[in-house]
Amino acid sequence: MGLIFAQLLTGLANAAALFLVASGLSLIFGVTRIVNFSHGSFYMLGAFIGYSLMQVLPGAIGFWSSVLLAGVAVGIIGVIVEILVLRPVYKAPELFQLVATFGVILVIQDLALLIWGAEDVLGPRAPGLKGIVRIMGEPVPKFDLALIAITPFVLFALWYLLTKTRVGILVRAATQDREMVGALGVNQAWLFTGVFFLGAALAGLGGAIQLPKGGADLLMDFTILASIFVVVVIGGMGSLPGAYIAAVLISVLNVFGVSYLPQSTLVLMFVVMAVVLTIRPYGLLGREEKAGEHGQVGEPELPIKPASLTIRLLVLALIALLACLPFVAPSFFTILATDVIVFCLFAASLHFILGLGGLVSFGHAAFFGTGAYVAALLVTYVGTPMELAFLLAPVGAFLLAIIIGWLCLRLSGVYFAMLTLALAQLVWSLVFQWDDFTGGDDGLVDIWPSAWLRDTTSYFYFTMVIGIGGILFLRHLAHSPFGYALRASRDSARQAEATGIHTKRIQWVSFAIAGALAGVAGALFVFSKGSVFPVELEIAKSFDGLIVVFLGGVKTLSGGVVGAAALTLVQDYITRFEYWRLALGLLIILVVIIAPNGIVGSLRKLAHWLPFGRSKST
Amino acid sequence: MTSILQVTGLTKHFDGLAAVSDVSFEVKRGELLALIGPNGAGKTTCFNMLMGQLKPTAGKVEFNGRDITGLPPRKVWRLGIGRTFQITGTYPSMTVVENIQMALLSHHRRLFDFKSYAHLEYKKEAINLLELVGMPEQAERACAILAYGDLKRLELAIALAHEPSLLLMDEPTAGMAPRERIALMQLTADIVEQRNISALFTEHDMDVVFAHAHRIIVLNRGEVIASGSVEQIRNDAQVREVYLGGGTLYQSADGSADGEHSHA
Repeated sequence: MGLIFAQLLTGLANAAALFLVASGLSLIFGVTRIVNFSHGSFYMLGAFIGYSLMQVLPGAIGFWSSVLLAGVAVGIIGVIVEILVLRPVYKAPELFQLVATFGVILVIQDLALLIWGAEDVLGPRAPGLKGIVRIMGEPVPKFDLALIAITPFVLFALWYLLTKTRVGILVRAATQDREMVGALGVNQAWLFTGVFFLGAALAGLGGAIQLPKGGADLLMDFTILASIFVVVVIGGMGSLPGAYIAAVLISVLNVFGVSYLPQSTLVLMFVVMAVVLTIRPYGLLGREEKAGEHGQVGEPELPIKPASLTIRLLVLALIALLACLPFVAPSFFTILATDVIVFCLFAASLHFILGLGGLVSFGHAAFFGTGAYVAALLVTYVGTPMELAFLLAPVGAFLLAIIIGWLCLRLSGVYFAMLTLALAQLVWSLVFQWDDFTGGDDGLVDIWPSAWLRDTTSYFYFTMVIGIGGILFLRHLAHSPFGYALRASRDSARQAEATGIHTKRIQWVSFAIAGALAGVAGALFVFSKGSVFPVELEIAKSFDGLIVVFLGGVKTLSGGVVGAAALTLVQDYITRFEYWRLALGLLIILVVIIAPNGIVGSLRKLAHWLPFGRSKST
Repeated sequence: MTSILQVTGLTKHFDGLAAVSDVSFEVKRGELLALIGPNGAGKTTCFNMLMGQLKPTAGKVEFNGRDITGLPPRKVWRLGIGRTFQITGTYPSMTVVENIQMALLSHHRRLFDFKSYAHLEYKKEAINLLELVGMPEQAERACAILAYGDLKRLELAIALAHEPSLLLMDEPTAGMAPRERIALMQLTADIVEQRNISALFTEHDMDVVFAHAHRIIVLNRGEVIASGSVEQIRNDAQVREVYLGGGTLYQSADGSADGEHSHA
């Protein structure tokens, strides 16, 4: 009994940092509608800055003022990010900003590496709270009790700020109707900046306050990201009490999980989330999100037509050129080209649901990884020949997409995105923690293609046929009645439903098709590399997909493919340098600011300006 | 004339508010029936319950003798009811003609066709429909750049794509210029006559209503306060009161609560 109570207290203490960070994310999203991927980075910065300050400031006062100062410092960094990176892109298509925040993640990662080095940092113990107290015979750190006491105060202070003060009323008004608040003479820009300050400061506080328990390292930005998304979604977007309840729920479950089910701590969190959202789709205390706010805002997409003969010949010439590659370039380039095609197929499959369907999935890597793992597991355990494994991989991804699609499509907008992320993380944690079966972190190795495809050149041709075939199939699908029905469901679900289109079913099928093709890409990947690791299912991989689709241009058919090819090539070049994340992050931010319509969209705009560009299209 | 749509005791409560209460009427075959009433009378709520966009709290909707209460819009549509909306909901990323082709593809159950090129399918039928509403020259324009009046006409063409036997039109002429309004309603009346279909429409423009409706139903605060021929409605004292004032005043003299009882 005592042990259980002590564990409960540990859970409550762990909830403190989680709540602080999650409430900041929720606040920023509520007002600015920006899904701030870099929120985990603010948390990490809070930890590192807090650590540095604690080295300088002595004693208990020094400790607590370090925590507060870290919060303020991160808040200011948040303001800088908001003004420099996000303000220029508020007018861009919605959710485009998340690409910019991803650039911020990369920049902050390298800056942290530059300043604090690669070593993990152990947080100092809080002066005056170093010991333990015995509660029902069990040792409980004093610091935990302090955290448990502090969190409700923070919750109350935030609640007071938002409900009782004039600023709070403006913020809440802005979450409901930004335009109206603007019409009433409130300077929205500064309101946004203020909210960004508060949200980032909360993340910084969370990072600093957990130092005595967790320390600081360079991976903590991504580690917490999934958890805070889960907390925000379980609690209900924009609800602070909801975030608190969810943070406690997740943390307590985690503590019990570690003690009783050590093999499935990660899985547990996502299972809870799936269960909560199945019963209450908008979270414990969330309200229904109005559909149709996401994905397709801004200028409408231009009508599409199948490519003209000229374009077809051009693409054919390009493919022919690509086919000559093994004869003219060293084998290194053939391998690179294989990677590019695989990633292009992955991006094209994401673009299909994101661009044409308006379904912003944050977890598309789950299908890529599942394809790769299904093939790898079949080869490892059953000795399946490559050809059969290759056929079964997309089937596995397809089935997974049917399940995930069914769960997620009951939601829309950002709830859909968050749930896809959480379910993808569930798959990842399964693979990551099921050592005996999947090899866990060590992955599965020795997955080679059959003899006839063993050498680089023949596998390259195989990839070309399958990969480009898949891309062309998706492109054709866009022009088929099914693709039109998918776009109709995105453009106006009401009109589509009123003309006999079962929009959810259309979206479900397209989600499954996209999943299957991502699975094909995964299978191509695993046989080209000979191995697969859990990293292929990670959030970062899903984000890579999102970035290239947005960078390439959501509202253009070839956006995904062009973006994927561009990013892979740039990445290949840039990763040779030491601080390549910094460079890539800045490059991404720059592209986002200069070309808010994506690469293809901006080229098209450019062509409009040039005298010869405005030719046949009407 | 037999009835094609039979509405009995239709009621919708939003929390405490009775938006529509106990509304009953029928649409006869070949009839052009107008549903009028001041803002907030419950016309659009009523429409949304007829086609399934909203589930009624109580009451029954029968189409050709079949109970369609609570069916989703897509099923109601397949039974042969077409609808236009007060605020148009066309597909801005498609061309004008593709908007109609989409409805035709759905009608011919070709939605899961992965093979054909959608923009080549049923093009002739779609162009014919565009000719019917008088805008064939706009076929290849992007729908996003159409003027509002043209969108309304396009919506009518879309609603006719599956050859419905009943048209539901929620303020078909809202936002149009007076001359356009008359033309569109004349067009609708002609189509109803030529194709021998029925139409139920709501409208604020009384000129349009009195010129074309065969029969009129008047709603006020969720209740039917009058129904009858154009002449009857024109001379109805209560309708005049509702439109010219008095409709929002409480009738305290006889003690009856506001809007609770219908007056004959």
